[in-house]
Amino acid sequence: MSKRLDSMIDWVDARFPLTSNWKAHLTEYYAPKNFNFWYYFGSLAMLVLVNQLLTGIFLTMNYKPDASMAFASVEYIMRDVDFGWLIRYMHSTGASMFFVVVYLHMFRGMMYGSYRKPRELLWLIGMGIFFVLMMLAFTGYILPWGQMSYWGAQVIVSMIGAIPVVGQTLSNWLLGDFMLSDAALNRFFAYHVVTLPILLVTLVIVHVLALHEVGSNNPDGIEIKANKNPVTHIPVDGIPFHPYYTVKDIFGVVVFLIVFCGIIFFAPEMGGYFLEYNNFVPANTLQTPDHIAPVWYFTPYYSMLRAVTINFLWIDAKLWGIVLMGASVAIFALLPWLDRSPVKSIRYKGPYFKIALTLFVISVFVLGWLGTKSPTPLYTLLAQIFTVIYFAFFILMPWYSKIDKTKPEPTRVKE
Amino acid sequence: MRKITHILFVFCLAPLVAFASGPEMKLDKAPIHATDKLSLQRGAQAFINYCLTCHSAEYMRYNRLRDLDLSENQISDNLIFTGQKVGELMTVAMKKKEAKQWFGVAPPDLSVIARSRGADWLYTYLRKFYRDESTATGWNNLLFDKVAMPHALYQLQGMQSVSVKTVDDGHGGKHEVKELKLDAPGTLSKTEYDMYIADLVNYLVYVGEPAATKRVQLGIIVMLFLFAMLGLTYALKQEYWRDIH
Repeated sequence: MSKRLDSMIDWVDARFPLTSNWKAHLTEYYAPKNFNFWYYFGSLAMLVLVNQLLTGIFLTMNYKPDASMAFASVEYIMRDVDFGWLIRYMHSTGASMFFVVVYLHMFRGMMYGSYRKPRELLWLIGMGIFFVLMMLAFTGYILPWGQMSYWGAQVIVSMIGAIPVVGQTLSNWLLGDFMLSDAALNRFFAYHVVTLPILLVTLVIVHVLALHEVGSNNPDGIEIKANKNPVTHIPVDGIPFHPYYTVKDIFGVVVFLIVFCGIIFFAPEMGGYFLEYNNFVPANTLQTPDHIAPVWYFTPYYSMLRAVTINFLWIDAKLWGIVLMGASVAIFALLPWLDRSPVKSIRYKGPYFKIALTLFVISVFVLGWLGTKSPTPLYTLLAQIFTVIYFAFFILMPWYSKIDKTKPEPTRVKE
Repeated sequence: MRKITHILFVFCLAPLVAFASGPEMKLDKAPIHATDKLSLQRGAQAFINYCLTCHSAEYMRYNRLRDLDLSENQISDNLIFTGQKVGELMTVAMKKKEAKQWFGVAPPDLSVIARSRGADWLYTYLRKFYRDESTATGWNNLLFDKVAMPHALYQLQGMQSVSVKTVDDGHGGKHEVKELKLDAPGTLSKTEYDMYIADLVNYLVYVGEPAATKRVQLGIIVMLFLFAMLGLTYALKQEYWRDIH
């Protein structure tokens, strides 16, 4: 049997690089042996991606992208489709959990300097994934055609329209109409189930290829390739990804699934954070809801959008808000060039970086919380203060990372 | 379009003073249990008798009520008054357009009302109607001021009236408190009426997500499986990683 299998693999190998790829990406891809808790989230993001693709396919079979039928078709899935409620909750919870794991994955990169040379391009590809993911979340949230779907989209669409010169044309082109309507719903459906998933999957493959070219960073932020066994040319601190990290990640997957299934089965709305209560009201184009709040993963940016209240340099506050919101996402892409520290990992960085990162995390949480609230003068002031802190983390980084008192990096990774 | 975007942005950016309509009313906790099938059956009966003439539940099929331990015959004999088949949706004959003319707004569909409003809101709302000669229907509601809906259950609850009392808040300020008083009793006592509404709200919560009970049951099995897997996968990981450490 084994002999027959071997000869089959030989047959394939003569025609397709099966064994060589298996080795290059799994059994002979050497990852640092000191991965910690923070290194689970890359593979978990992949798991959530697969979950979204599979459940998405089944939802598409019963969802109707028609403004007069969309809301009812979602309820049809929830009631009349066998296990439709489960598929839908897996998809809606998956959307939020995608952001949870991606945010943790990005935070890991920021802590251990994973964006530094030679991983700048890897980081940029990741930024591309993040951007496509946000587009996917936005287009997907419109599809149930509830009040929050409609009015949340209305806010975003009006932002596109506010771009000088081309805004209105661009908005008409994307929507296929002068306003958010049935035509727009059809288009957003097409973007959500065809355009963006293809882009996302492609970028994820490119991300993994880029990772396997430069090799994984690790909590110590040192290059394991700098210290190879002279005979085997294998990094002395590296271990084969398969089986070591595959079995470790399977354990991580089970822990993740406990959280994930806990939400799906016992709290699918997550107190209105994963599924907003107002989105159980069908979209009404004539009735603006009392309070428009995006889903939790967009609230920090939404806060920054609302934080700008003054016109400046002949440009009105609204446009500045949009510019600031765009910049708050795009600025992550500059990290590889903003960080001037001689060391990569937070373990060897000095107090300035640790304080800056802590303040940054606090500002993200505060801005996120403020984004769920109706603005009051106090909240707006808070949003302004924390927006400044958020940007200061990036803009001041070339200085504080340079003068920071760092510790010497070890030559070998620590257990 | 430009106007709409402008309005939207004013709406988003300006402090939302307009919505601060005084202190919010405290909601009463709805005493409901999703697993109480008898309560749900009573709630279904109340819903179909009183609500389903104006309000639809158009995502809900009559035969789904088998969830509540009712047979298809029991459903079609006792709960369908419209001549519909047992597999049909809980629709109403009233046209939305006409309803809008009569009431000012079309009565909303109630399939997922409990998911948007919440059980406590519904439980409070349905018990806080009072007579108000100034409104078109002669009814008003303490929780939902100037609501278009008349009190469909007044024969059961009786008629309440509102009285406004000025209360000292203990910090030198005064604020007004509205209180309801039962003027003419209905066919049910206050406790009976509260229970009647609790059953109805229980049913509305069920209709909001008929799979909810099944979801929790399946969830327990899934969690037991995952916790078993947790031990196994951890042991597997430890076994492999022995040669690394």
